[in-house]
Amino acid sequence: MFPFTLEKTASTEAAIAAGSSGARYIAGGTTLIDLMRDEVERPERLVDINRLPLGGIRFEGEDLVIGALARMAEVAADADVQRLQPLIAESLIEGASPQLRNMASMGGNLLQRVRCPYFRMLDAGCNKRTPGSGCAAIEGLNAGHAILGTSDHCVATHPSDVAVALVALDATLRVQGPQGERSFPVEELFRLPGDTPHLEHTLLPGELIVEIRVPGGPHARRARYLKVRDRASYEFALVSAAAALDIGDGVIRAARIAAGGVGTRPWRLRACEAALVGRKPDRQAFEEAAQLATKGVRPLHHNAFKVALLPRTIVRALEMAGEVA
Amino acid sequence: MAAEPARTEATAVDTIRLVVNGEPKELKLDPRQSILDVLRESLNLTGTKKGCNQGACGACTILVDGKRIVSCLTLASMHDGADVQTIEGLEKDGELHPLQAAFVRHEGLQCGFCTSGQIMSGIGCIAEGHAGSPEEIQFWMSGNICRCGAYPGIVAAVADAVGRS
Ligand SMILES: Cc1cc2nc3c(=O)[nH]c(=O)nc-3n(C[C@H](O)[C@H](O)[C@H](O)COP(=O)(O)OP(=O)(O)OC[C@H]3O[C@@H](n4cnc5c(N)ncnc54)[C@H](O)[C@@H]3O)c2cc1C
Ligand code: SF4
Ligand code: FES
Ligand code: FES
Repeated sequence: MFPFTLEKTASTEAAIAAGSSGARYIAGGTTLIDLMRDEVERPERLVDINRLPLGGIRFEGEDLVIGALARMAEVAADADVQRLQPLIAESLIEGASPQLRNMASMGGNLLQRVRCPYFRMLDAGCNKRTPGSGCAAIEGLNAGHAILGTSDHCVATHPSDVAVALVALDATLRVQGPQGERSFPVEELFRLPGDTPHLEHTLLPGELIVEIRVPGGPHARRARYLKVRDRASYEFALVSAAAALDIGDGVIRAARIAAGGVGTRPWRLRACEAALVGRKPDRQAFEEAAQLATKGVRPLHHNAFKVALLPRTIVRALEMAGEVA
Repeated sequence: MAAEPARTEATAVDTIRLVVNGEPKELKLDPRQSILDVLRESLNLTGTKKGCNQGACGACTILVDGKRIVSCLTLASMHDGADVQTIEGLEKDGELHPLQAAFVRHEGLQCGFCTSGQIMSGIGCIAEGHAGSPEEIQFWMSGNICRCGAYPGIVAAVADAVGRS
């Protein structure tokens, strides 16, 4: 690990001032320390943000508001979150391990970095780590990589589970920076790789995630997260799906669907959602809608199985959501 | 190109206080030291194991302020004032902790490398209320890998210790 200085502050303004002058924020550290040890990340200055007043979970009307420093475990264990936003709780429980969830913050989760093995191998070409050095995954081992949103420069998936749920639920982020505050949809935090895969998110220099707002609604309770992976728990997704249904008088009034493990960012599936409106919530409707998920896929040598697995995962997640009483 | 900074030199030295197994400690640390490194190298508490050093195996699990965490992925300097519990602190007056005794009784180990992490994680699992059935224990103990595959004994030991620890 390269040397660095660690600054501690309880003031959001002081943290942002440090962040704007080049220091990196550190929350749970479960992404950052790991990558610093591998010397993929080499910050010279860290600001410990854990003493900032950015924790907590609250409801404002129907909206769930989660502080950026709330821990994954804390959010998942919250009885109101489990009751009113079960998709958030379920997607959190399906991620990482109990120990990591006690450490990892919600803000850090959204900004966790890719799990592509070549990103960590300093002697492999990786445009994300070293712009212009190529992409070893395209001709390498790529069973875990993306089929949607890829470019000739990077094919890594975004690894977060809860981000998939947040994107499905139209959650927004509040961020604070040297120029003040702004809010925008979580979906817009993530960039597609294009020819600049080293630019992953849309935060401006020094901007700090303050909180995440998840709107409620008639779909929120009939919502499930299904994660398909190589082992039953404690593994990243091969394919995952978040599905939420608003059903009234025996027909689907609205649907929210997003997928993980397949896209270079959490992948909202609006065409599938539109195809379900007005249909009966049955297997045929789910299968027809799920077929639309694979439009535009670009499979690699080892990940074409995801083209078949994606619609099946969506169908199963929709069935699970439909079964919620 | 600018010269790369030297990697081995200590940068700044931070002084922090930790309470480790009930004993207050004042330590001078390089900010790069994880809690795991501090336990093993500065305090000579080698019961906590370094398996992967990447957060992936659970061998380094300890309790910080009562919660189970992986000590390899957190900087000691970020925990000034924290209460740290490790495997060395479990035995009281010559008596094993109930979960330690259960690991012996159910043979929850073979080589023993993962065991201190399993036990610290098991204490967290029970305290969180996630040890209600073998299936629940399997899921909530899945952050601890056992290369020897002693899982049936581990699950039985945790189940047995519920209500006794
Ligand atoms: C073995 C292992 C398995 C895992 N499995 C999963 C999984 O299955 N599913 C899953 O979703 N995740 C998984 N994770 C990832 C884990 O969830 C993330 O590492 C964690 O959520 C990151 O949060 P943190 O607080 O530790 O972030 P940190 O490491 O502290 O920070 C990560 C990044 O976010 C920035 N940052 C942090 N907070 C803020 C803020 N408020 N504003 C602006 N920038 C900020 C930091 O500067 C840094 O760049 C796994 C991790 C490990 C090590
Ligand atoms: S897929 Fe992206 S992260 Fe992986 S090697 Fe290619 S450029 Fe790097
Ligand atoms: S050594 Fe910390 S999780 Fe493996
Ligand atoms: S007992 Fe050998 S690794 Fe678990």
